[in-house]
Amino acid sequence: MQGNSPGGPADGRLPGARSGEVGAETVGEAEAVFKTFGETKALIDVSLRVLSGECHGLVGRNGAGKSTLVTLLTGLARPDRGTIRLAQLPAPSLSDRGAWLARVACVYQRSMVVPPLTVAENVFLNRPTNGEGSPIVNWRRMRERAHDVMLEWGFDIDVDQEAGRLTVEQRQIVEIARALSIGARFLILDEPTSSLEKAAVERLFERVKRLRDGGVGVLYISHHLEEIYEICDRVSVLRDGELVLSGNVGDISQQNLVAAMVGSAPPRHAGEIEAVSKQGALGEYRLKVTNLSVSSRSGSVAELSLEVRAGECLGLVGLEGSGSSTVADAIVGLVKPFAGTVEVNGKSVPRGKVDAVLRRGVGYVPQDRHARGFAPQLGVGENLTLAILERISNPVIGIVSFKERDRIAQEQAQKLQIVARSLQQPVASLSGGNQQKVVVGRALAPNPSVLVVVNPTVGVDVASKEALLDAVGRARDEGMAVLLVSDDFEDLRICTRLLVMVRGRIAREFDRPPWDRQRLIAAVEGLEPAAAAMMGSDG
Amino acid sequence: MAETAADREPAAAGARIAGRDWRLVVINWFRELTLVPVIIVLMIAGAIVNSVFFTTSNLINVAQGGADLGMVVVAESLILLTGKFDISLQGTFGLAPLLGAWLIAPRLSSGLGTEWSPWVGLLIVLGVGLLVGAFNGFLVIKANFNAFIFTLAMSILLTGLQLGWLGGQTVYNLPSAFIYLGSESWFGVPVSVWVTVATFVVAALFLRYHRIGRAMYAIGGNLEAARAAGIKVDRIRIGVFMVASLLAAVGGLMQAGRVTAVTAGQGSNLIFGVFAAAVIGGISLEGGRGRMMGALTGVILLSLVTNILTLSNISSTWIDAVDGAIILIALGLARLIGTERT
Repeated sequence: MQGNSPGGPADGRLPGARSGEVGAETVGEAEAVFKTFGETKALIDVSLRVLSGECHGLVGRNGAGKSTLVTLLTGLARPDRGTIRLAQLPAPSLSDRGAWLARVACVYQRSMVVPPLTVAENVFLNRPTNGEGSPIVNWRRMRERAHDVMLEWGFDIDVDQEAGRLTVEQRQIVEIARALSIGARFLILDEPTSSLEKAAVERLFERVKRLRDGGVGVLYISHHLEEIYEICDRVSVLRDGELVLSGNVGDISQQNLVAAMVGSAPPRHAGEIEAVSKQGALGEYRLKVTNLSVSSRSGSVAELSLEVRAGECLGLVGLEGSGSSTVADAIVGLVKPFAGTVEVNGKSVPRGKVDAVLRRGVGYVPQDRHARGFAPQLGVGENLTLAILERISNPVIGIVSFKERDRIAQEQAQKLQIVARSLQQPVASLSGGNQQKVVVGRALAPNPSVLVVVNPTVGVDVASKEALLDAVGRARDEGMAVLLVSDDFEDLRICTRLLVMVRGRIAREFDRPPWDRQRLIAAVEGLEPAAAAMMGSDG
Repeated sequence: MAETAADREPAAAGARIAGRDWRLVVINWFRELTLVPVIIVLMIAGAIVNSVFFTTSNLINVAQGGADLGMVVVAESLILLTGKFDISLQGTFGLAPLLGAWLIAPRLSSGLGTEWSPWVGLLIVLGVGLLVGAFNGFLVIKANFNAFIFTLAMSILLTGLQLGWLGGQTVYNLPSAFIYLGSESWFGVPVSVWVTVATFVVAALFLRYHRIGRAMYAIGGNLEAARAAGIKVDRIRIGVFMVASLLAAVGGLMQAGRVTAVTAGQGSNLIFGVFAAAVIGGISLEGGRGRMMGALTGVILLSLVTNILTLSNISSTWIDAVDGAIILIALGLARLIGTERT
């Protein structure tokens, strides 16, 4: 299932970049590494080799051992058994950070740039620019050399800019440039596309191809299997700490890949937009947004109107910056619109007051679970009931009933298949998928009449994704009015209607499933409706 | 993003999750009580240093000194839990009782001469506390001033007012109702000690069992998550500032009662001991972590240290230095045994 978007070249793979090519040397290698944490075996005799000039995909569910492998390959931990080799040399000692940085770099999901410093300073962080060993900063040379690195790899960034003003995509580039300028030829990209919009993903692919052609070996970790097929030459699958599959991408079908990740019984909908087949009768209007206008740095909205009825799941689709997530924020009151009204159950809600909006029967799953989703130090049970503290406590004196809290938390935990040691386990120590389930459970716990969900499946494994979408789908079937804001097409399978947003306005409506992927992509990318219709002519 | 053992999950999803994890419960309690061995060691040291240490009157003395400090520690801990802090609590500790005393004391003992009823004076003390707290809370939370620099400035202002108002004089000759908290005893134990212990207990129960108490932990742990869950984060945080200042004013009243006067220097440098006690006791400066039980052990430890230093005949000019060194050692210990959380 190649992502055949109209704008993106999916066939840009160059000959000579194939794995197993004569002359390709190993840039990074794990040989039969074994690692335990306490009782748990995180990695069991895993062998993996990344060659220069290849992009090697690494997939697996959360907790399969990917992150552990990355910590071993980047020298943050030492394997119990087995060897790590970089550039065909035995791994340096853990304390010799400089030697590690010169051979391998990992670009993490969360940015490691220092916001108040310039791009050039970030590229040359903690490195002499005035000759070896000199503690004096040579600003002119630093800027020149940073500029040279950008030029050499075709990155288009002004090196004098403050890094804090960069987009997520540009910060990634700064980190890659830093690694390349130190001399590393082994790059690990850990979920690099999770917070990028579609066009930025295409540009990232271009850069990865350029790196590959320049002899860099890339280990590409992603939950998005179509990306693996688009960009990777080889792929390895980890499951429960073991390497269960490894081979050329072309030889492995997506079905087999998913099967290898999940073990027995692949999930039903993996990788496809499969829309709801049955659709119950729609109820009354639950959410009504009229002429909403918001100005926001993350995408402004102009005179937008939409309605969601009971039992309906409206998908609001748009690129980052299109304003789609701003609509959600404005509805729940996190940002204050300068015009327009939001009505919940026929009554307009006050602007910019989250607690008042939620009290009217709105459930909310925020975009970024780390920023707004949960209190990390509190337990699963407390986080699940955070939005219903008033309901589980005595109305007069306010004492919280722990019994009631545990009961409701237990109910949500089972509905969403949350895996935790106990209801008191701090959410910080759960895997990403389970953290997100807690956030969704928190929104569902009050049994709201309207549910506003933003990107509910970012950075979670395939099985968790299914559990999350199923839970929201069930809520819709039970008569909740759901507004789902997402740019992940797989999320849209639970929607009954779609609105596509481009630059703050609704560009197109798709009124019944199944969704035509090409038309959808064309609309999201802001192509003219006529052109879009032509492209998806046989849909 | 390293996976630890805790991240790895059993394969069976959808299974019932254990409600109580007793291991976690025990670990948490153990954490709160880790200072107890240190306190016992200190008591043995105290007994060795001076035989006076283990007399009833000395121990009551320690408790009474700890009571004033303890009120402010409860106050500061509440604010710390919600992720902010307030340096000006020491200013309120001094200024609030001073204003009350000034309005009720006769002109001869540095009063204004209005000689209002002591009950009005008490209301004024509490009122000043609430007012300062509301002002701080509103400007730090709503107007988004940096808590550190704003409450530091407030602290300097309040302490300056306290000094300037009466030209550095001490207000004395106070009516018994006004000094009741600090001067009377129930069953041989000063009222202030009873009140402070009760305040600790109520605060602990409130934090554990009240919906606003739980919301405070959520706010301190992740403000935006609490806001997105519909918790009235601003109202609660301003309320916490007000309650904290109120408690600080009551603490000041206790000290005024103990010395039966309000000096111009009451409350100076108090806040450092307050922060030290809270942090040693496991209240995180980052917010969202820590319990009242731990904070109480922090207060006890600090009060014992002060008392033992006084008893040990160390030259008074050296007491501050030794005090500081011992706080540092206690912090080191707390780090070792894991109560201090940065």
